[in-house]
Amino acid sequence: MAETELELQTDAVETEVENERRGMSLWAKLLAWGLVLGLLAVVAVQLVATQQGNVGPGEPAPNFTLTTFAGEEIGAAEMQGKIIVLNFWASWCKPCEQEAADLQTAWEMYEPSGEVLFLGADYVDTQIEASKYLEKFSITYPNGPDLGTRISQAFRIRGVPETYFIDKEGNLAYVKIGPFTTLAEITDIIDGLLDS
Amino acid sequence: MKSRLFLFVLLIALLLAVPVSAQDNPPPDAPTDDEINAVAKNMYCPVCENVPLDVCPTLACEQWRAQIRELLAEGATEQEVYDYFVLHYGDRVLAEPPRTGLNWLIYIVPPVVILAGIVALYFALRNWRKPVAAAPQSQAEKSGEPEDEYMARLEEELAKRN
Amino acid sequence: MLASLGYGALVITFLVSLYGVGAAIYGVTQNKASWVDSSRNAMLLTFPLLTISALSITLLLIQMDFQVEYVASVTSRSMPMYLRITALWGGQEGSLVFWAWLMAAFASAVTLRDWKRDREFLPWVVVVSLSTLAFFLILIIFFENPFVRLWQSSSGEIISAVWQPAGTLPFIPADGRGLNPLLRHPGMIIHPPLLYLGFVSFVVPFAFAIAALITGRTDDRWIRVTRRWTLWAWLFLSLGLVLGGRWAYDVLGWGGYWGWDPVEIAAFMPWLTGTAFLHSVMIQEKRGMFKHWNMFLIILTYDLVIFGTFLTRSGVLSSVHSFAQSAIGPLFFVFIVLTLTISLWLLVRRWAELRGEEQINSFFSREAFFLFNNLIFMAILVICFWGVVFPLVSEASGLIGQAIPALSNVFTGQKITVGPIFYERATGPLWAGLLVLMGIAPLSAWGASTAKTLGRKLWLPTIISFIPAVVIFFLGVSGAALLAFWLVSFVTAITLYEFWQGVGARVRTKGENVFAAFWALVGRDRRRYGGYTIHLGIVLMAVGIIGIEIFQTETQGTVPIGGEIALGDYLVRYDSLADFNTPDGRNVARASISVFRDGEYLTELNPRRDYYFESQQTMTIPGVRSSIEDDFYVLLVDWQPISTQSATFKIYHNPLVNWLWFGSVILIVGTFVAAWPEKDRAAIRENKHLRVQAPASAD
Repeated sequence: MAETELELQTDAVETEVENERRGMSLWAKLLAWGLVLGLLAVVAVQLVATQQGNVGPGEPAPNFTLTTFAGEEIGAAEMQGKIIVLNFWASWCKPCEQEAADLQTAWEMYEPSGEVLFLGADYVDTQIEASKYLEKFSITYPNGPDLGTRISQAFRIRGVPETYFIDKEGNLAYVKIGPFTTLAEITDIIDGLLDS
Repeated sequence: MKSRLFLFVLLIALLLAVPVSAQDNPPPDAPTDDEINAVAKNMYCPVCENVPLDVCPTLACEQWRAQIRELLAEGATEQEVYDYFVLHYGDRVLAEPPRTGLNWLIYIVPPVVILAGIVALYFALRNWRKPVAAAPQSQAEKSGEPEDEYMARLEEELAKRN
Repeated sequence: MLASLGYGALVITFLVSLYGVGAAIYGVTQNKASWVDSSRNAMLLTFPLLTISALSITLLLIQMDFQVEYVASVTSRSMPMYLRITALWGGQEGSLVFWAWLMAAFASAVTLRDWKRDREFLPWVVVVSLSTLAFFLILIIFFENPFVRLWQSSSGEIISAVWQPAGTLPFIPADGRGLNPLLRHPGMIIHPPLLYLGFVSFVVPFAFAIAALITGRTDDRWIRVTRRWTLWAWLFLSLGLVLGGRWAYDVLGWGGYWGWDPVEIAAFMPWLTGTAFLHSVMIQEKRGMFKHWNMFLIILTYDLVIFGTFLTRSGVLSSVHSFAQSAIGPLFFVFIVLTLTISLWLLVRRWAELRGEEQINSFFSREAFFLFNNLIFMAILVICFWGVVFPLVSEASGLIGQAIPALSNVFTGQKITVGPIFYERATGPLWAGLLVLMGIAPLSAWGASTAKTLGRKLWLPTIISFIPAVVIFFLGVSGAALLAFWLVSFVTAITLYEFWQGVGARVRTKGENVFAAFWALVGRDRRRYGGYTIHLGIVLMAVGIIGIEIFQTETQGTVPIGGEIALGDYLVRYDSLADFNTPDGRNVARASISVFRDGEYLTELNPRRDYYFESQQTMTIPGVRSSIEDDFYVLLVDWQPISTQSATFKIYHNPLVNWLWFGSVILIVGTFVAAWPEKDRAAIRENKHLRVQAPASAD
């Protein structure tokens, strides 16, 4: 019985409210859609950021300055007109050790010509360990820490080791993800760039 | 009455099981593992994202902790350690973004949105309350005997719109 | 063969889903009931079809058919049978199939319900469920196909393709890469399925909500129909989260269960809106208010489910959970845009019809408290969402900085981390606010309630709740911890007081004995007392969370054999270390340590470090001594040299943490009480209600 009464009461209220029924006001609509669009834009931005992937061959290489462990600054002026081999590595990175000796040998081959510059960017590493690593493989080409992970972010690297070859015009020519397995792999790429 | 007593006992028993926090021991000269971990807890290394530095098992993080040990041994304060790492590896090493530039947004946006929500709710509530129409006044207050009050309320809730 | 069968079943399911969507729309617009029935049959068919597909993958995994790329990537010969089966959801492709299979199970289950009284919903429920399913099938068939096989061309090149390309031979790797060691844990058997179940089951209430919006049957019928679905969805999601925490506690080796990892939060966000929804639908049922809000909440929950899946699957985030980089991100984005805009557009279109029937009369009424509860849940959601999204925005803002050099100082594109400190500080007070509401709201009445009436009910349990607080104060607890424990005892006192009052009233008025009265009371309003039981479960979980958050202590030390490390009352002694290789491809370093408390020998623990040769990954498995009072959690720290001479241990003392797991059991009990199908009486009551309602609902 009580149920019937209550239902009737609610119905009465319902009809009363019915009179003042109206849609959503315009500004509320605009605000709501603005919010939704804003949120979607945020998601879209994330997507764009992740879909980018590594900097690819053919694109102009990002500008960067490497401060070596010795304190020397290597910037655009030093790189001008040279083929740049930029290797990202770290002392904690086991695969990096596979290629370290080959990279050094290659450097010794090309250093006299002055046409090729090897650079090592030490990714997320501590200086003590890094020096030990450089010593262990007697690496002589300029190496320096990737301060503030700026260089690695500019190249959007995904891990170490990764090596970027930049041609004389400053365009990215070749990207190697993971370690080189042979010396020939490195020299083939550089010779190809020197020939063209 | 008996079960009310039982309720007390249960509640007290429930909350008795609280330990007293551990005491600190005086810091010796060389930084202890605990001191390093205390600093590392608030840091993240890019190699193992989303795992705090004090528990990250990678070699890279081990080296970072060694670096912290060295800095602390040289007498650096906690803040100086953070500053060193931010300089070398960027803002991402900190568990919380530093309060600079664009990063302010992370601290400002949630409170602003929440406040906006509260304000919107406040106005909406005021709006709703205005036409205090003959609201159905069939509430618990009218019940007679105190014994039945709870049962009445219960039955009423069940009946309300079912 | 199996691979072709499974792939064929996938493609057919996709076509069937598309047909179902088309048939439902055609049937409802042309008013042809037979087409609607046909679409219903199509939806029913998706489940057996996807079962074939899922079974094929499972069989391939069991047989270790490494020619199938997915099998090779998640299994290896050394893996035991149960892990080979659970590898179904161990990788991107398989877990998407598993997702779709669960989704189809729910869709089919929905078609089997009795539609007599709400036939108009049927075609639209079919459309929403099957569109969602079709979307996931697109992802599987075109982008993340688990049936892709390996072929070798005559020049030795390895090609992945579903069908054999001309001039190639099947290529069968000698062994697979094996499942990620992190996922080789019994917790992994149950955590993802429960989470996925929670995710997919929220599609059902969403489908009904959309059906209600499209058909214009905007009374609370859709809420009544989906009430139990929502509760089960909520339970699955809650358990998925809790088990995920348990897995982290047992496997990840950082002494905690919740790291505010972006992917954890991605699963947590639909739980927040889902919990808010569970509460606010009650206002609509009892008072006919907040209809817009409920619609909005369920739409939000659904899209947060999709968004969470997007975050984990698209490679946007990197975390322990995320699957490898993948091309499906843009598709997810399109799907989110479509579902969100269409649902919200439908909601705006029905705005006027969804106006509330009553007003809020008092800030102390039940509906007002539920509203505050929703407000807090939304606030936590905002914090979580922004915490997850902002680092990505910050990084992406570098693009602006690059484009406009003048702004490059502001839009640096720096990567940043948002860690637990941020979330804990921002949400801590909000959780406390929720506890307060959880305590007060049960004592308030629907409709009108004043400070006075509320205060009259509140004073006794409040005073009771101070007693344990005073006791623990004299035990030396103060500050935030004291406040938190008081809140816990406040909620517990009021909830038990509610039970007590109800039982007491029945004993007095009906002369039943205490147990009969309790049984009858709960049976009379299972939803209410089930809800209270869930609250008690949450409160117990809160005790565990407070314990570990506030009272956790830790220490670390390197000791030789026989050496000791002390932590609080505890002392551990390093006894020995065993170092051996196992047949399943691990090197295990297993320490034996003795644990003493107050000088008394307690137990032996064996923390260990497992190194997986295949994947070159290590796992640190803690040695844990659990009791109702605390966990003593010891890790063999892997990153210091381990030898039989000395080893490094990290020791955590986690007070009360087991209350968290125990509370989740109570939570399950409560949900069962609240959601178990009711028997005849409910049906009778509902019928009676319909008879009275009939003339009014003909609008």
